[in-house]
Amino acid sequence: MSTTQPAPQARQATRGARQGARPQADPRRPFRPDLRTSVVVGAVLVALLAIPWVLGTYAVMTFTKILIFAVLAMSVNLLTGITGLPTLGQAAYFGVGAYAGALTAIHFSELGIVQILVAVGAGVIAALLTGPVAIRARGVAFLMITLAIGEIAYSAAGQLHGITRGTDGLSGIPPVVVAPGMEGLRNQGYIYYYVLAVAILAYVLVAILLRSPLGLTLRGLRDNESRLRAVGYRTGSYALAAYVIAGGLAALAGSLWTSSQRFVAPGDMGFQVAALALLAVIVGGVGSMWGACLGAMVVIFTRDYLGQMASGHGPLLLGILFVLAVYLLPKGLAGGPRQWGGLLRRLRKSAAGEVEV
Amino acid sequence: MIDGVAFGLLLFTLAVGLSLVFGMMDVLNLAHGTLYLAGAYTAYALSDGSWLGLLIAIVVGLLVGVLGGGLLAAAVAPLQGRGHLDQAALTLGISFIVAEIFLMVFSAETLSAAPPAALAGSITVLGYTYPLYRLVFIGVAGVLAALVYLAFERSSVGALVRATVADRDMVRAMGVDTRKILFGVFAFGAALATLGGVLGAPILAPGPHVDQRVLVLSLVVVVIGGLGSVRGALLGALLIGQVQTLGVALLPTYAPFLLFGAMLFVLAVRPQGLFATGKTA
Repeated sequence: MSTTQPAPQARQATRGARQGARPQADPRRPFRPDLRTSVVVGAVLVALLAIPWVLGTYAVMTFTKILIFAVLAMSVNLLTGITGLPTLGQAAYFGVGAYAGALTAIHFSELGIVQILVAVGAGVIAALLTGPVAIRARGVAFLMITLAIGEIAYSAAGQLHGITRGTDGLSGIPPVVVAPGMEGLRNQGYIYYYVLAVAILAYVLVAILLRSPLGLTLRGLRDNESRLRAVGYRTGSYALAAYVIAGGLAALAGSLWTSSQRFVAPGDMGFQVAALALLAVIVGGVGSMWGACLGAMVVIFTRDYLGQMASGHGPLLLGILFVLAVYLLPKGLAGGPRQWGGLLRRLRKSAAGEVEV
Repeated sequence: MIDGVAFGLLLFTLAVGLSLVFGMMDVLNLAHGTLYLAGAYTAYALSDGSWLGLLIAIVVGLLVGVLGGGLLAAAVAPLQGRGHLDQAALTLGISFIVAEIFLMVFSAETLSAAPPAALAGSITVLGYTYPLYRLVFIGVAGVLAALVYLAFERSSVGALVRATVADRDMVRAMGVDTRKILFGVFAFGAALATLGGVLGAPILAPGPHVDQRVLVLSLVVVVIGGLGSVRGALLGALLIGQVQTLGVALLPTYAPFLLFGAMLFVLAVRPQGLFATGKTA
């Protein structure tokens, strides 16, 4: 059976498998947003553009981090939400991208686009090298292996002193230059706009990917892998493709991190980063890209803003957020109003003294 | 070598709990490293270098483990049928909270717990000097490993537990309350982890991020050994103990890659781990 070109029946089967699981509009319909969607998207864009004009420096820095984290969360969601491979290892590729971007900036080029290309290339290569191990497993075993990959990358970053300067971190990274002849970005507002532009581009690219036949196949992989395999898809190759794309996306986020912070240390790719990225996806709603971005916002806001107000106990608040999200919002923020209604009903019932199951 | 064996047996006491809880209850417990940390801090707080101190620490540590395991099992229970992702998020959240509380109570430093004074010295065997505590630890943990193995593979309770793994409904139909068994396994696994913490505190000292290191090492062991298998956990732990210790001693720069290489090798040969039980994730 031909494996490169799926037979027409195969496409049919994918569509069937997907429709059963997700009551949403066909992702392959031509992109014709309705009025409400356009208004919401427009409002969000205006709000994002207005941030440096309205908010102070610290808030702009926080929003820059949120945007970067949203890109990382999209990477996690591509694997976890779309393809059904729960990952705790994306911080590794984030770190690879961050270090690759930083080394490029220091030794080679201050141009943002060059740094991004090198970082994404490094992330893709790293994912190609490690992915084949991870995608042999599914489910929790996949989660465990990616966690191990992440932790190993983290300790490697601390150990390879010659390249990464160990736990001291890489400093002295020159400001990122957007176009040849321009000056480096030092102003926090400009850096924000740079990150915003790249993040929106990444979002659009992922949206296009999800509407492509590849995106549909990845959903099919999540919903019914054995069926896909039975109709002749080499599912392993598709899982690896998802893994490599997600690795590149995480590395892109890493490169943005370098450009905005101008400092990289192993801590930036630690377990907590991976855990927070997964949390962002779960809080936002597994499988929804805008949910992942929203989740990233909630997570970073909790850690950096509320955490600071609560005298540095960010992790404590995050832990509570994890627990609450799991119990109260099974479908995440993107899960729609129905579960909120259900939550209110249950609260009212328990307030009225009825036994809650 | 001896260090590797000691570290490997320490990993076994940790990993076997994780492996069983997942193999039996189908629960992914990412707060497992936190249980080790709880035990290690208990040892730090109670163990004062005397035998009595160690004994008290062990008893308290076991209590902490049973209690912690029971609480975790109760916390995860409402998530039945919701998939592993939610379990992962919940247990991660709990581990974040508890780690932060430890941080507040015990400060952010890496603390050293004192082994009993009688075991603090070192002895010379065949021209090499070994810390006495590690040798004793190997003995104790070896006995522990043997007991766990016998309890699961040879006793009637172990048979019941294994039956529950194989076919929960059938065991329930025979009039056994499977929920009690599952709770028991969770508490048992957790108690092993805290006990590992109490005994292992002089080897792997309590401090921030130790819970994550322990969790990752246990996960690697479980991945290599196969989920839900006592034998697999033992073999995987000894293997990883050697790789880690020799790697750090001989090729410190590449030690993390050696760990990954070992995992890669085993998975390439047997994707389901060395001794997988019927259940695969």
